[in-house]
Amino acid sequence: MSKKYWETLPQGSVVLEAGSSAKFKTGGWRSMRPKWIEENCIQCMFCWMYCPDMSVKVTAEGKRAEFDYDYCKGCGICALECPGKKGKKAIVMEEEGK
Amino acid sequence: MGTIVAVTGNEACAQALKQINPDVCAAYPITPATDLMQRFSSFVNDGKVDTELVLVESEHSAMSACIGAAAAGGRVATATSSQGLALMWEMLYIAAGTRLPIVMPLVNRALSAPLNIHGDHSDGMGARDTGWIQLYSENAQEAYDNTVQAFRIAEHLDIRLPAMVCMDGFIVSHSIERVEYIDDGDVKKFVGKFKAVHPLLDLDNPKSYGPLILTDMYHEYKRAQHEVMTKVPGVVLDVAADFEKMTGRKYGLFETYRLDDAEMAIVVMSSAAGTTKDIIDQYRDRGVKIGLLKPRMFRPFPFQEIADALNHVKAIAVLDRADSFGGYGPLFSEITGAVMSMKSKPAVINKIFGLGGRDYLPVQAEQVIDELIQVAETGKVEAIKEYIGVRE
Repeated sequence: MSKKYWETLPQGSVVLEAGSSAKFKTGGWRSMRPKWIEENCIQCMFCWMYCPDMSVKVTAEGKRAEFDYDYCKGCGICALECPGKKGKKAIVMEEEGK
Repeated sequence: MGTIVAVTGNEACAQALKQINPDVCAAYPITPATDLMQRFSSFVNDGKVDTELVLVESEHSAMSACIGAAAAGGRVATATSSQGLALMWEMLYIAAGTRLPIVMPLVNRALSAPLNIHGDHSDGMGARDTGWIQLYSENAQEAYDNTVQAFRIAEHLDIRLPAMVCMDGFIVSHSIERVEYIDDGDVKKFVGKFKAVHPLLDLDNPKSYGPLILTDMYHEYKRAQHEVMTKVPGVVLDVAADFEKMTGRKYGLFETYRLDDAEMAIVVMSSAAGTTKDIIDQYRDRGVKIGLLKPRMFRPFPFQEIADALNHVKAIAVLDRADSFGGYGPLFSEITGAVMSMKSKPAVINKIFGLGGRDYLPVQAEQVIDELIQVAETGKVEAIKEYIGVRE
């Protein structure tokens, strides 16, 4: 006899697969989108440090890379903290879908 | 085999915990359960057990620490009472929903307000929907025996649910009675080695406890949780059969007393059952066909089995040592639920008694039986819910 769907659920709702939260892409919650302006970036890595998620990617050489828009929820902390270069921000927030 | 001692209910439960030697106990003192964990803490201090005793700042923290320790993969116990249980409330659901086999003696005590430290079932009944297994004990011997059995039931691989072992505050927790202790080795053999299921401390297999599960699957998880509860009665009976082989003491889902040929029945839990049995004997001597049913397992509630045991009686009095204000007593609600499935529909009355530790007197049992005789004869119920032993 085949099992009912609820009979196949793991006991006590324990998640047995490590790191499975990566499958849950939360970027869709975003209404404001951070834009990286590389020419204004001084590679201070403040955005990487301040990101409450892990949405600022870093290259193998330890350099700032593009945002991970699969998980960035557009909180804007990175843009706020960005010191920029000569008064010009390296991260600006733009309305999503524009 | 065994040792015969004169001990209180608390002392007997502490002894059971000592013999079982849990990995972790997290506890916070509250009357009348204080003495239980205090005795256990002496066992820890004296090196009689290997338990990690976590002294916390509240019962909410006590249950939280128990949940963490159980998820980590340990055999875990605690004890509490009344306001302590009330403060654990949200964590009780988490322990059950996460399927953690924590065992907790609950020394039944009234809830505030007004403040009262004495025995009634308000605390346990408030936790009836938390998903915990609940066993109620009539005396110190049953509290001890139920504690030993609770570990086997809760930890059974088909079950993995937390279990409360209830006994009446002060009436049982602080009265000295004759109790037969089982030998340490026999208890150890009976409960067996703890088998961890999905332990967090198994670092080679990382996992997550307590995920967010929303509208797409929560309903299914709760359906599955109910299904586990339906397997509990079978396990309780299997464990009781093994326990009887070891000790000669017989347990079931409930106890019946002179019920087989009875025309009327009293349903009552815990210590009040003892007084009631004495009065039943007196009425039996006079030819009155009265019997008793004492539920032991209140959660899950054995509806069908109780309906089968009561289906030949004409009238039932359900005595509740807890109230549901604006509703019937919690035990009454379950018994009438059981009666629903019976072809014969006996008349059922509800008596609220003994709140806040008010004595349940033999004369009150007599009054209930006298009323039951009238109800059985006429089939008429004057008032479904009444309070007995209340000043008027």
